[in-house]
Amino acid sequence: MKRILLLSLALFGTAQAASTITIATVNNPDMVTMQKLTPEFNKKYPDINVKWVTLPENELRQKITLDVASGAGTFDLATVGSYEVPIWAKNGWLDPLTPMFAKDPALAKAYDLNDVLPTVRSALSNGGQLYAVPFYAESSMTYYNKDLFKAANVTMPAAPTWQQIQTLASKIHNPSKGVYGICLRGLPGWGENMGLFSTMVNTFGGRWYDMKWQPQINTPAWKQAVTFYVDTLKKYGPPGATSNGFTENLTLMSQGKCGIWVDATVGAGFLSDPANSKVVGKVGFAKAPVGPGTPRGSNWFWSWNLAIPKSSKQADSAFKFLTWATSKDYIALVAKTKGTWASVPPGTRNSTYNNPQYKAAAGAFSSLVLSSIKSADVTKATKDPVPYTGIQYISIPQFQALGTQVGQYLAGALSGQSTIDATLKQMQDAAQKTAKDGGYQK
Amino acid sequence: MTIANPSGTTALPPKSKSGFKLSPAALIWPAMLYLILTTQVPFFMTIYYSFFQYNLLDPTSRPFIGLGNYATLLTDPQNLKIVLNTIVLALASLVLTLIIGGGLAMLLNREFPGRSLLRTLLISSFLVMPVVTAVIWKNMLMNPVFGFFSWVITKLGGQPVDWLAQYPMASVVAMITWEWTPFAMLILLTGLQSLPDDQLEAARLDGASPLQEFQHIVLPHWTQAIQVVVLMETIALLQVYGEIYGSTSGGPGIATTNLPYFIYQKAFAEYNIGLASAAGVITVVLTNILAVYMLRIITRNQPSKGE
Amino acid sequence: MTAAPTHHNAVGSRHRVRNAFLTVITYVIALMFLFPLVWMVMAAFKTESQAFASPPVFFFQPVLENFQKALPTYGPALLHSLIAAFGSTLLAFILGLPAAFALAVYPTRRAQGVLSWMLSTKFMPAVGVIVPLFLIFKNLHLLDTLPGLILMYTTMNLPLVVWMMHSYMTEIPYAIYEAAKVDGASVGQEFFGIALPLAMPGVSATALLCLIFAWNEVFFALNLTSSNAAPLSVYIGQFKTSEGLFWAQMSAAATLTVLPVLIFGWVAQRQLVRGLSFGAVK
Repeated sequence: MKRILLLSLALFGTAQAASTITIATVNNPDMVTMQKLTPEFNKKYPDINVKWVTLPENELRQKITLDVASGAGTFDLATVGSYEVPIWAKNGWLDPLTPMFAKDPALAKAYDLNDVLPTVRSALSNGGQLYAVPFYAESSMTYYNKDLFKAANVTMPAAPTWQQIQTLASKIHNPSKGVYGICLRGLPGWGENMGLFSTMVNTFGGRWYDMKWQPQINTPAWKQAVTFYVDTLKKYGPPGATSNGFTENLTLMSQGKCGIWVDATVGAGFLSDPANSKVVGKVGFAKAPVGPGTPRGSNWFWSWNLAIPKSSKQADSAFKFLTWATSKDYIALVAKTKGTWASVPPGTRNSTYNNPQYKAAAGAFSSLVLSSIKSADVTKATKDPVPYTGIQYISIPQFQALGTQVGQYLAGALSGQSTIDATLKQMQDAAQKTAKDGGYQK
Repeated sequence: MTIANPSGTTALPPKSKSGFKLSPAALIWPAMLYLILTTQVPFFMTIYYSFFQYNLLDPTSRPFIGLGNYATLLTDPQNLKIVLNTIVLALASLVLTLIIGGGLAMLLNREFPGRSLLRTLLISSFLVMPVVTAVIWKNMLMNPVFGFFSWVITKLGGQPVDWLAQYPMASVVAMITWEWTPFAMLILLTGLQSLPDDQLEAARLDGASPLQEFQHIVLPHWTQAIQVVVLMETIALLQVYGEIYGSTSGGPGIATTNLPYFIYQKAFAEYNIGLASAAGVITVVLTNILAVYMLRIITRNQPSKGE
Repeated sequence: MTAAPTHHNAVGSRHRVRNAFLTVITYVIALMFLFPLVWMVMAAFKTESQAFASPPVFFFQPVLENFQKALPTYGPALLHSLIAAFGSTLLAFILGLPAAFALAVYPTRRAQGVLSWMLSTKFMPAVGVIVPLFLIFKNLHLLDTLPGLILMYTTMNLPLVVWMMHSYMTEIPYAIYEAAKVDGASVGQEFFGIALPLAMPGVSATALLCLIFAWNEVFFALNLTSSNAAPLSVYIGQFKTSEGLFWAQMSAAATLTVLPVLIFGWVAQRQLVRGLSFGAVK
């Protein structure tokens, strides 16, 4: 009945007819909260109907990409990762936001774009135009189980090196008791094991390509990084590491099975939620480990952003939602609804981190998150210069394929199906083919 | 599909069919036309795309490269492994469902308390969505730390096993066997139920061992049921995708990547539509060769018609 | 196991022991097959940390919060699933039954070829044609509509309907048609008066199979619908988040998704048994 009513409304379009926008988003908890707060948005904009499409990350990415690339126009507002924004902007798939802010000075003033962290803004811009605004941003850091550390009589430095991490993991590892020294991502995928592993390559001094787009995987830095990663996980990791992505490791950590976990900063929120976690209050935080090469690019940068596809027919209404859901007011609203400032979407605005209530609630890790994101510079992530941007990814359309493939090879090395030298050769060949097919090598 | 029709009547072809208002061919065309439109049109577009370097994320350059995508696919020795994986996966699951399903069918073909309830409950796993199957098995059963299987093994004094990494193909086969065994069981059971009791009685009186009984009476009677299972399952098992997507993601390495999953990866993880299309065309050619071959074997048992 | 007719009692009791043993084995195997589902339903009533506790939790205070989270968006998805499954099954039968009838009763030289070709369309991997399909759907404005979904599910099930119904209809002795023809029956009368009623068990069984396949289809649903027509197989995706702990919640959603088809399958199981056998193996 309701559908028929809506349909006839759409067909006969009464004078004060509401516009309807369709928003595609990932079903991560922060976005689920946004979806639940839709009635609050309608208090401010009663004439805009909002329809939601919520899916897991991979399904959503494939769906939006197909839709946007073909100009199908299903979505008026899309949740887009920081890797895609510059690429999509270059393809002309997204509406630039800079002119839209310019058109509405009052809104721009209230929104206060300068409050958004500069590293985040630069990651979402292309050719001087802003193409998306961050919903939340994350970096990576080191988590450790304080109880296990106490029992083993060891302490975690505030800024550990990978070597120290390995030594600490060896002291905690006790598989017969179901305790594992270290949990790291092993599940293949450009956004899974490669997210972590690329930061390791950076900080061990490696890079994907040199300035002439010649692959640099057959270098000592990569070999050292792969060897270290495989050794550490094999010796001190949980069984089944190749099946473990973010979620699986979070589960292990929250059940008190891991001594150390290096992963996304958003994990902190889950680990402090007593409904899911057995280690509330027992988790310590430190910076992401650095390797022997350079401190650059040792922690990643990722943000989920809202952007308006070119094919949207409701760009104005979509812009209203976009500015509402990433505003200071929205952040305060989440704090009010959830009853704690600790649950607000992190990593986007200076004002959040200057807020005393946030500092009090988010406590130990908030400053660490802020400094990690501020130091995560997508334009300077490697020891030697590179012709691309990005920390745990490189901002070319072909990377998703390359990253996934290399991730598979890495998992092959971890599960012992191939040797490290054979793995490096496979990776090098794949990188060479990508650069050649993509027409990068001049 | 009429083999050994007890009544002795078989469908015979009509010799003349004049004077009908509604022509029989007109009855076939709607279905034909529908299938041609919905399957052949997209398929020809797929063939067309397969000649281009077509990356969904790179709309600026889509050059025609002729057979380039096919050359890429056919020269990479790794891809042979993917074809092999597809065959191993389908064949192993097929054989297992036949064996387990056949065993269950024989067990259920006896009178015992709760028989019809068990038969009803046993079909459940066939009704579960593949994605759900994958999630349950991967996380709740086969996870080496939290999984139920590991717990059982540790209780028995063993070491937890990382199923999906150490035995990836076997794990996927186990999942698929779980899903499809009820199907095989049901068909084989109906096959058994049409077996006249007196035949078995007679064999028993002749002093036949259960093995002989199985070999000389049950198995010949099952021929047709087995063909049905083989045909239907082959179609389904060559298309397995959801179970792999939800559990191993084709890994580790490419240990569990079959053709449909490979195409999925090319199309949606890499957005390489040209290559995915070429792989799709190759898959269609390979499976159709297989289909023709299988259908020929199956139809061989049918009375010839219209000749 | 040699039968010795002189020791009737011994054989009888040995037989009974063997029978009991086989019954126990049957129950054990059945339990093993059911266990994954039971485990899933149990997890649906646990809290998240119980769902992943190690060692596993067998006894617990059941909670309903997972279902509370899963229910709000369940209704529309259930409705879409029902419409898509029943709509496509109906359409497949409207198109497939006449074809099956014609191929069975008026077979020509090409009949076998037509049948084989139809079945061979099922060998095409959906993922291989999804991009062209998406573009066609976009141009015909079929994206995210129930008619669009019904269209694809019909394509998926039509070969099955033709193939299975063809098997049933060839079973009907030709003499019956012959008699009707003598009475001057038209093709239409043969179809509605003879073939259809006699093949009815096959219809219900085939329909059941079509419904199950349409219900469980994921790939087309995921790529061709988003909200207005999204069925349960897409709904379940909402609960598979990549950030956070979701096993219990996922189990609750999965239970809700599987439940209708389970109940339906159990109830209609008799038809399934009869129909899965293609009528021929009865």
